[in-house]
Amino acid sequence: MSATGHEHSNDHEHDHGHHHKETFVTKYIFSQDHKMISKQYLITGLIMGVIGIAMSLLFRMQLAWPGESFKTFEWLLGDWAPDGVMDADIYLALVTIHGTLMVFFVLTQGLSGTFSNLLIPLQIGARDMASGFLNMLSYWMFFVSSVIMILSLFVEAGPAAAGWTIYPPLSALPMAQPGSGMGMTLWLVSMAIFIASSLMGSLNYIVTVINLRTKGMSMTRLPLTVWAFFVTAIIGVISFPVLLSAALLLIMDRSFGTSFFLSDIFIQGEVLHYQGGSPVLYEHLFWFLGHPEVYIVILPAMGIVSEVMSVNARKPIFGYRAMIASILAIAFLSTIVWGHHMFISGMNPFLGSVFTFTTLLIAIPSAVKAFNWITTLWKGNLQLNPAMLFSIGMVSTFITGGLTGIILGDSTLDINVHDTYFVVAHFHLVMGISALYGMFAGIYHWFPKMFQGRMMNKNMGYVHFWITAVGSYGIFFPMHFVGMAGVPRRYYENTAFPMFDELVDIQVLMTVFALITAAAQLVFAYNFVRSIFYGQKGSLNPWGATTLEWTTPQEHFHGNWHGEIPQVHRWPYDYSKTYDNGEYILPGQDFVPQHIPLQENEQELNH
Amino acid sequence: MTIVLTLAVVVLVAIAIWQMTKIFELSQLKAEKSQVANDTDNKNNGYLLFAFLIFIYGITIFSFYKYGKFLLPEAASAHGGEYDQLMLVSMAIIFFVQTITQALLHYFGYKYRGRKGQKALFFADNDRLEFIWTIIPVIVLAGLILWGLYTWTNIMDVNEEDDPLIVELYAQQFNWTARYGGADNVLGEANVRMIDIDRANVLGLDEADPNAGDDVIVKELHLPVGRKVNFKFRSQDVLHSAYMPHFRAQMNCVPGMITEFSFTPTITTEEMRRNPDIVDKVKRTNQLRAERAARGESNTDPWEFDYILLCNKICGKSHYNMQMKIIVESEEEYNAWMASQQTFGQLMASMN
Repeated sequence: MSATGHEHSNDHEHDHGHHHKETFVTKYIFSQDHKMISKQYLITGLIMGVIGIAMSLLFRMQLAWPGESFKTFEWLLGDWAPDGVMDADIYLALVTIHGTLMVFFVLTQGLSGTFSNLLIPLQIGARDMASGFLNMLSYWMFFVSSVIMILSLFVEAGPAAAGWTIYPPLSALPMAQPGSGMGMTLWLVSMAIFIASSLMGSLNYIVTVINLRTKGMSMTRLPLTVWAFFVTAIIGVISFPVLLSAALLLIMDRSFGTSFFLSDIFIQGEVLHYQGGSPVLYEHLFWFLGHPEVYIVILPAMGIVSEVMSVNARKPIFGYRAMIASILAIAFLSTIVWGHHMFISGMNPFLGSVFTFTTLLIAIPSAVKAFNWITTLWKGNLQLNPAMLFSIGMVSTFITGGLTGIILGDSTLDINVHDTYFVVAHFHLVMGISALYGMFAGIYHWFPKMFQGRMMNKNMGYVHFWITAVGSYGIFFPMHFVGMAGVPRRYYENTAFPMFDELVDIQVLMTVFALITAAAQLVFAYNFVRSIFYGQKGSLNPWGATTLEWTTPQEHFHGNWHGEIPQVHRWPYDYSKTYDNGEYILPGQDFVPQHIPLQENEQELNH
Repeated sequence: MTIVLTLAVVVLVAIAIWQMTKIFELSQLKAEKSQVANDTDNKNNGYLLFAFLIFIYGITIFSFYKYGKFLLPEAASAHGGEYDQLMLVSMAIIFFVQTITQALLHYFGYKYRGRKGQKALFFADNDRLEFIWTIIPVIVLAGLILWGLYTWTNIMDVNEEDDPLIVELYAQQFNWTARYGGADNVLGEANVRMIDIDRANVLGLDEADPNAGDDVIVKELHLPVGRKVNFKFRSQDVLHSAYMPHFRAQMNCVPGMITEFSFTPTITTEEMRRNPDIVDKVKRTNQLRAERAARGESNTDPWEFDYILLCNKICGKSHYNMQMKIIVESEEEYNAWMASQQTFGQLMASMN
């Protein structure tokens, strides 16, 4: 069903939305309405997030109090925690699944899937995605892959445990670790379905942005959110198929005896037949997706932050065109930097030099973005709503985490901090926490759009933000020091090395902060669920934003606008625009929505 | 120590909660229903943003003060000095940028907090400003890139100049083995297909290769100080990574291929044990160990500093305990130790 088929030449206010009988199934389950699909993505993503964060708490407890017996472990992990002491294999499994869930299920589909679906049609002025059916299929394949991933937790030998990067041969040989048996098979199947889901979603987003923009909505009048989702979808289409090929080749090696990634292996007393493959090839394929993937995660967050920050600063985003240019530059560079994960993998050092060069280049557009956000705040009239605080927090963690990328991207300096806690601290701040902040900003800001005008409680939002902000730095800032002391990541405990003895204090500190921060997420969860049912209804345009989504009625129906879709006459950032005499363009109102035509004597500045 | 940290956390949380409740009270006073931020919210959160800036600086200073001494001691290899210097300069730049940008971000958040009637400035772009903050990172990064690449090229240039000692580091789940070229300083051919556990040929050496006979296979890595060492890495099962943090050295061990790294150790184990930083670290650690012993816990033997080789690529269940001791000693001590080792040829002969 194409959305354009619904357009009417004449106004029938009452007509739209009563076209077809909606049953419970078509409205809430197999819905083709982008708004419902967006909510499905969000809630699935949040549930996966709860599981992923809970896992991190378990292994953080093990790290702070190694070998200690916990009732929680016994209760949650059963046979994997005999007498309440976590088993070393299950520690690795927890680390692996935590990474997989957070990167792919929460921050890729949970973030991109939710907000691309919600905002692309609403902000470009379309009645729905280009293909509602494909969109529905995309969500349900995501759902199936989530279910398979969760099922893999209940396999007897445990889920995949080779790290979220699942490097072979560890991931290829069931005799190398128990998680590489049935658990890894399910991991690969789940990810293959996930990639198919992601591709269907991405293609849909691209086509929708290119073809379904309303009249007047030129590419340079698109809100930065839409630009970010659009470019994210393009990187996804370019890089995800490469991960699929890596996964398929790995499945072949595991199940059909091929030697794409394996060679010369002697394990458990016997030589295996594999010859001529190379694990380094797998690393190239994985990171060809893996690196763009971190930008797939962070770009939507950047788009959301740009939009939320501008609305709440009551100022146009500073350097709109520079922001678009830096999104494009980041997207391009992100596809040619993957080798910086492999400086010491045994790949030719000259190749390492090239990747150092491209990697450090990517700092430039990132710096431009950071400076533009800071300037957006300058001389604003900042409305410090929870979404705004999360946006400011995102810029803060993005800077802190991004700067250490200069260390890691430098092949020389990477030698001694590679695969240590320094890396863990870096990427958690720059893409984990930052992307989560972007996601929270989006949820607080567009909650009224998702749930018929209901708003989340702001005071609980403030509590949520401040504890999270303090806690995130409390967890990940000291972590850099653990890495610089030479502690490798993915160690079940650090007691085998007396030189790490004194670092256990930092581990305790980080774990305590992690527990507190996680508790603050319960405040959010409560606020979220409560507000869906009892949230206070706000006005049609509660934040005073210019973009088109706030011109739609609060109640949901398929098609978004009664009657005609509004036309667009200006860019999306006319906040606090004044005439030369200092009067607002629209009297008594500090913003001019995109669908308002240019006023008399008003200049359209060419941004 | 732990108690101090926990107390610090508790105090911070208490302050946070106190601030929260204040916000709650203040917002309740007005009995306003709207969930959009009002002037009171803006004011409170503006102040909190400023406080947060102080928190970021505070945790930075706290971490340096408290954990600065935990960092690795001076580099014990020839290239390590260069590495440490590049690290120091990069870190200085990073902290400079971090201090300024966080200050601007949070200060603006505090300074321009919303007030009724306040007018924001319509300021959409400024080519000169944007040019400045594009060009400055370009220049700084160009410097770092050039310096980094120059150092990288030097470090990774593994060659046969200066008569390097040839050593193979062999990784398997979950231990390390070292193999020396022996009298001829040439490693014999080897492949996992020639492993013969029954005859103790655990590294799969080719018994027919004349270079293999004098190879020496050991479980403890001895290196003569001041002589370049060329390492060849092999793995027999999964990926491992040979990480020698004190020497600023790391390379992955990949089944099916031989990887390389080269460095010259410059400080002997004995000398390093006398380094004041290490003396302090050993003292602190042994005090912790004594406390543990007093509580009747295990793993409390007094520690003596040694260089160490760790596995730094996830390799399975005992990844966390895959290590080998490294001893850097004088040429004479090394030669004496080497002379006392059995060669591969002798080992095979004893098997027949």
